[in-house]
Amino acid sequence: MEALEKLGKYSLLLYRSLRSLYEVDTYKKNLVNELLKIGYESVPIVLLTGVFTGAVMTIQTAYQLEIAFVPISIIGAITSESLLIELAAVITSLVLAGKVGARIATELGTMRVSEQIDALESMGFNSVSFLVLPRVLAGLIMFPMLYIFASISGIVGGIVAGAISGAIPPAEFIQGARQFFYPWDVTFGILKAFVFGYVITSVSCFKGYYASGGAEGVGNSTTQATVLSCIYVLLADFVLAAVFL
Amino acid sequence: MIEIRNLKKSFGDLLVWEDVSFDIEDGETVAIIGRSGCGKSVLVKHLNALMYPDSGEVIIDGENVFDLEYVALRKMRQRFGVLFQGSALFDSLNTFENIAFPLRYFTDYSEGDITKKVEEALGLVNLEGTGEKSPAELSGGMRRRVALARATILEPDFLIYDEPTSGLDPRTSSEINKLIISMAENLNITSIVVTHDIHSVLEIAEKVVFLENQGMCWYGTVGEMRKSDNKELMDFITASEYQIRN
Repeated sequence: MEALEKLGKYSLLLYRSLRSLYEVDTYKKNLVNELLKIGYESVPIVLLTGVFTGAVMTIQTAYQLEIAFVPISIIGAITSESLLIELAAVITSLVLAGKVGARIATELGTMRVSEQIDALESMGFNSVSFLVLPRVLAGLIMFPMLYIFASISGIVGGIVAGAISGAIPPAEFIQGARQFFYPWDVTFGILKAFVFGYVITSVSCFKGYYASGGAEGVGNSTTQATVLSCIYVLLADFVLAAVFL
Repeated sequence: MIEIRNLKKSFGDLLVWEDVSFDIEDGETVAIIGRSGCGKSVLVKHLNALMYPDSGEVIIDGENVFDLEYVALRKMRQRFGVLFQGSALFDSLNTFENIAFPLRYFTDYSEGDITKKVEEALGLVNLEGTGEKSPAELSGGMRRRVALARATILEPDFLIYDEPTSGLDPRTSSEINKLIISMAENLNITSIVVTHDIHSVLEIAEKVVFLENQGMCWYGTVGEMRKSDNKELMDFITASEYQIRN
């Protein structure tokens, strides 16, 4: 029963967000801020995650194929394919669930318990349009871009790690990656990033917007936002794979 | 004029109050008093529909606020200024920007006009020259005054003060009380003050609503309150005086 009530509240919050899409003047300034915070400020951690994921993937694939009679260019194919179709989107999103999701839940939660959201509403503001909508929109816009950064940095990381470890020369890595490249993989990765961006920002907004119980309540909301975001990202990953692959 | 009719509110199984009915005439100052946790703040959050009751009506100039569509409700809310218990200043904005915030979104004023209005508002609450300070750099009393400047910047018809003097020293409390009186007189605002400070009530209010025993226990003028033989009300006033003497 409680779960149904929460689902209802979550749906209502998102419905109110969508209904206020036309109130551009209310959220445009916050949207720019959020694009910078979710996108620009996440680039370093996304690049770092991508580089190391690609590097580890290359070395581990080389290790697993050591005794197999396959051309070594297959290492490049497996690494780039795995990055584009799964790892760049999922690993990046799990990292961002902590960084972006926690920040959103804490910000909104603090505003809720210190009555700043009530203050906005009492002034005649649509607090959902002002606070929730720009965060969700920024997530929808920036996560696919971050996915592209993660994919590129992952492949670069794979090439560099392959070359340094002597597992695969760069030319063969690139040859393998190109041989098994399907444009659909990128489309699917972008679609995943879009969905994950929505899941993380909307769940975190929901948890923060309805936080209660002072500092402890904000802490709980932040923890729940991060944990639930991760769980829903994994669930959405499974559903998307089952539907589209 | 605000007419409160048969309001009832509960959270789950917990009844906060029921059968609360009283009127607030234009231009008057009404104090809502009662012990901590009796639902005073909950009651005033119904006046501009920040909360909805289980049953009952709040009628402002003939319209029940709980029947309003969201767009109309937001328009109605702009007729209210609210001074929240914790001031509710936006942490990310400095004092100037906090006060300018409603002007930027709800008026077409130029930057020059906004600066002039904010400086006037800061002057009104005796805080000239503090525009650049962040809320964290202000004392509790200063934050209340900034919040008051923000609440009045759009020249509302009604001003709600939620525990305006709680946690403040007697001198700052007295300054805030004087500000409430001057706001009501100079801006001709209808004021609703939530408090459990009986001295504030005697200083600022014309009418008093006393909440007790999950309902409205007493309602009348300050003059009537002084002569009242309502036991609960007298106990509340006596306890306040005892606290001050000791």
